[in-house]
Amino acid sequence: MLHTVNKSSFERNSLQSCLNTIDDTSVILFIEDGVINAANNANSSMIADLAASGRVFALQGDVEARGISPKLADNIKLVDYAGFVDLVVEHGTAVSWV
Amino acid sequence: MATKKFMYLNRRSSFGTVYAIESLEVVLIAAAFEQDVSLAFMDDGVYQIVEGQETDGIGMKNFSKTFHALGDYDINKLYVSKESLEERGLSESDLMPLVYEDEDDDWEEKPSVKVVTNDELKAIMSEQDVCLSF
Repeated sequence: MLHTVNKSSFERNSLQSCLNTIDDTSVILFIEDGVINAANNANSSMIADLAASGRVFALQGDVEARGISPKLADNIKLVDYAGFVDLVVEHGTAVSWV
Repeated sequence: MATKKFMYLNRRSSFGTVYAIESLEVVLIAAAFEQDVSLAFMDDGVYQIVEGQETDGIGMKNFSKTFHALGDYDINKLYVSKESLEERGLSESDLMPLVYEDEDDDWEEKPSVKVVTNDELKAIMSEQDVCLSF
């Protein structure tokens, strides 16, 4: 499955809810304000293990818009819109944590 | 018209919701009425004034540049929560270098942004006539 998260974990618990229910083969894609979760910050430990296993992605345009390109946490994979489509195709069912 | 002290609390990042740009619009309106305006950036609002925002990839207006104009409207009190910055792995050097020209000091260019602790912000807020949260 593909889980998209579009809220900052500093503002909503969408990311935590996603992490509570994600299985061992699914991936997370951060979009919109969700890319704040891809920055190296006080909440980074939430996704550190998942990122280390190569399962955390962030949408590049949203990262650049928020000026956090130089601040990305370790092992975050950036994708463009075409990469977003590839993830949807590859992982089938998508869950949107809004 | 009597002057009041207005403080605008900016608590959300720029593009995920409409709050940030709406706040900026209202700030500019208040300035046009020559009120005493100050801004506070806290929580994810600190991302509004992070340096290096590039919005080409999302097709939205990069209104972060508008913050550079605030000095020309005599809005030069921009307070940023130190705790909110630190929580997000940010520091003052990650913020846009916003300045104003001080007419009482031979128009010398001075920084508008001041990083303050939540305790200091508490004191500044208590001096306000009006606090509007976005």
